[in-house]
Amino acid sequence: MTDVTNAQTFENEPQLGDYYALMKPRVMQLVVFTAVVGMLAAPVGVNPVVGFASILFLAIGAGASGALNMWWDADIDAVMKRTAKRPIPAGKITGQSAMHLGVALSGLSVMMLSLSANLLAGFMLAFTIFFYVVPYSMWLKRSTPQNIVIGGAAGAFPPVIGWIIATGEIAVLEPWLMFALIFMWTPPHFWALALFMRNDYDDAKVPMLTVTHGRRATRNHILGYTVLLVILAVGTAFTAIGGWIYLATALVLNAMFLKGAYDIWQRDEEICETDNFAVERKFFRLSLWYLFALFVAIFLEAALKPFGMGGW
Amino acid sequence: MALRPEHEIHGRRKSLNIGVGLMLGSFVLLIMVLTFTKITSPEFQIPASQANGVGGQTPTGGTD
Repeated sequence: MTDVTNAQTFENEPQLGDYYALMKPRVMQLVVFTAVVGMLAAPVGVNPVVGFASILFLAIGAGASGALNMWWDADIDAVMKRTAKRPIPAGKITGQSAMHLGVALSGLSVMMLSLSANLLAGFMLAFTIFFYVVPYSMWLKRSTPQNIVIGGAAGAFPPVIGWIIATGEIAVLEPWLMFALIFMWTPPHFWALALFMRNDYDDAKVPMLTVTHGRRATRNHILGYTVLLVILAVGTAFTAIGGWIYLATALVLNAMFLKGAYDIWQRDEEICETDNFAVERKFFRLSLWYLFALFVAIFLEAALKPFGMGGW
Repeated sequence: MALRPEHEIHGRRKSLNIGVGLMLGSFVLLIMVLTFTKITSPEFQIPASQANGVGGQTPTGGTD
């Protein structure tokens, strides 16, 4: 081996930050946030140590599924501009290492969550990891334009798991309302991204709706899903996890979200080219705030209940 | 003069090893705190299969 190749090998030595990036930290943040809200919105209190440990193990499980997703999708990540700098395509971590880490952390997180919270929470985490890796990453993502719709379920499970950590119960309406909020939010969020990151998905041959059914159909779908989401989000205000704070937040946010979806629906490609997809980008940014604010409102309703203010 | 000159890669590997070590240490600490929390909780119940050995001896019969 020459000095030059030695230097290149050392340059690509993985650091702790590379392993952290492999676990999709942004997705982990969303998982932790929605799971904490799900846990705190439950009518049963959780010991802080048990709650902290359980959420940590849930986050590790989410990170493990991220690593497995990056292992499987390394070929398309290398093609897409948005993902080309991820640790595997960047040559920092080998696909095999990512797979080993993902499998090991999946097993560890499921086992530890089962012990710290309950078996049902552990089972749900195992199912979520499986759903994200096998049906979504390995099958749907490359075979159907509905990939985002069905795969979105994987991202919607954390508040349900948070609820189960607190209560050990699954057959109640409220956690599934939080699940439905994320599930219905995911398609318009990702389709807006696909509208302005269009070349990425084309190049990687990922059958996003924009590629298979065209951009007009994608705009129609964004509006359709947003209408359903608005009904669901406002309707949630009148359930046990809702209240005045949630209702006011939902009314304002959903009016803005619906307006954004309507604006996207009205536009054509020529107008978009002139302003570099400004409306689509704005809608995408709004979608991030939308979900965050709705879950903060659910959290506030739960947090204020002991003081006689939250809820109805 | 040191027998093995320090290369930049050694420093980088050291920081990775320290990071992994800290994480493993934190994990052990977390398990300890979690175990302590669980067994001191009012809801904690000793599994039936192990309860006999804790509370006292179960009569096994005999002549005395």
